[in-house]
Amino acid sequence: MPLTDINWFYYAAPQRFVPLAGRLVPWFGAAAVLLGLAGLWVGFFVAPTDATQGEAYRIIFVHVPAAWMSMIVYLAMAFWAGIGLAFNARLASMMALALAPTGALMTFLALWTGALWGKPTWGTWWVWDARLTSELLLLFLYIGYLSLHAAIDDPRRADRAAALLALVGAVNVPIIYFSVQWWNTLHQGASVSLTRSPSMATTMLTGMLLMALAFWAYCVAVALARLRIIVLERERDTAWARRALEAA
Amino acid sequence: MSGVAAAMLALLQRDLRLALRRRADTLAALFFFVIVVSLFPLGVGPERELLRTMAPGVVWVAALLASMLSLGRLFADDHQDGTLEQMLLAPCPLPLLVLAKMAAHWLVSGLLLTLVAPLLALQFGLPAESLGVLAASLLLGTPLLSLIGGVGAALTVGVRGAGVLLSLLVLPLVAPVLIFGAGAVEAAAAGLGVAGHFSLLGAMLALALFLAPLAAAAALRIAAE
Repeated sequence: MPLTDINWFYYAAPQRFVPLAGRLVPWFGAAAVLLGLAGLWVGFFVAPTDATQGEAYRIIFVHVPAAWMSMIVYLAMAFWAGIGLAFNARLASMMALALAPTGALMTFLALWTGALWGKPTWGTWWVWDARLTSELLLLFLYIGYLSLHAAIDDPRRADRAAALLALVGAVNVPIIYFSVQWWNTLHQGASVSLTRSPSMATTMLTGMLLMALAFWAYCVAVALARLRIIVLERERDTAWARRALEAA
Repeated sequence: MSGVAAAMLALLQRDLRLALRRRADTLAALFFFVIVVSLFPLGVGPERELLRTMAPGVVWVAALLASMLSLGRLFADDHQDGTLEQMLLAPCPLPLLVLAKMAAHWLVSGLLLTLVAPLLALQFGLPAESLGVLAASLLLGTPLLSLIGGVGAALTVGVRGAGVLLSLLVLPLVAPVLIFGAGAVEAAAAGLGVAGHFSLLGAMLALALFLAPLAAAAALRIAAE
């Protein structure tokens, strides 16, 4: 089938997307659980003890995937917000809104597990390291997006205003990242470095990749489930939404 | 003079005249700045060395907070009395009108803070050469606060609890300005070159000068729907 014959916007209609999301959520949820169990098993029982950090390093299997997802989800959120703003696509804006709490959770998780990891290895819960600080600012950006959306009553207006903020934030994220990095090197030199030793055991890498995939599947599942609820809530006055709610 | 420039100039003069008529509002932000800076020695103790190292950061953070105070009114008053709708309908590019308003905001907030800041820094025992760097960094950095803050002000027009929300949205976005603004003064105090900091501030200013009025204009159109 030539590409032009595909209707690319078939699932952009909320009434077609909600059943699709309903079918996808269990699959991604199951994938998240299975990959998570496998990843944790590799991380806790198979991966060897680290020569310098002992057992404490094992939090890496939660920390690194959470940190990755916190940034990927922000990019995805800004992307969908931009699509929603540019094409006036309701579903894309709702997708951005559905992603935001998950992204904020991932950022918080990355900071929290980072603190738990920092205590035994650096002897302190928090250092003003470049990555920690930019992650903290990322959390503030998520909170700003969510609070702006919550403060505006009209959902369409809230979508558009929050989308603009997400885009401004996306332009700013690299600036914030590099400025914090330069600020850090000016202030305290390389007192602590998060860079791991290059010789990472293969089992460690396997565990981390499994956990990253598990986090990815979790984020997709939760975002889709939240998106279904947002769509049904906003379209509750339409006939198809009533039928979908009665069937459920 | 072309029509667009005349409209921008008229808007700038109007905003400045309004600020002069409501002197109390303008001065309140300035005194807020002075008070916040003066509270720090009371909080951390009067040791000269400590205060001297803290001075650039304290002055800069206080400037950030003080400019948030006046940003809340940048578009809110116009929104309330209907001027904003006239601006949206005017046969003149909205981003340029927004730029004129941002410039007026900088003249009555950022520029005043820049003029007062060296006096406060003197209280903190900052050496004379650092005072000039501090004033120069504020001169380059405070327009950025008006530009980026203007986007936040446009986003929160007519929104519940706009004041707190504005700070929540804008303060993380202006973190780089704080870093390089205060960093320039610290670098000068440490005997390092300040050209890098000023170049980066200038680059951010050029970028924001182009992008911020566009973003703020888009936000105002969303708000007026």
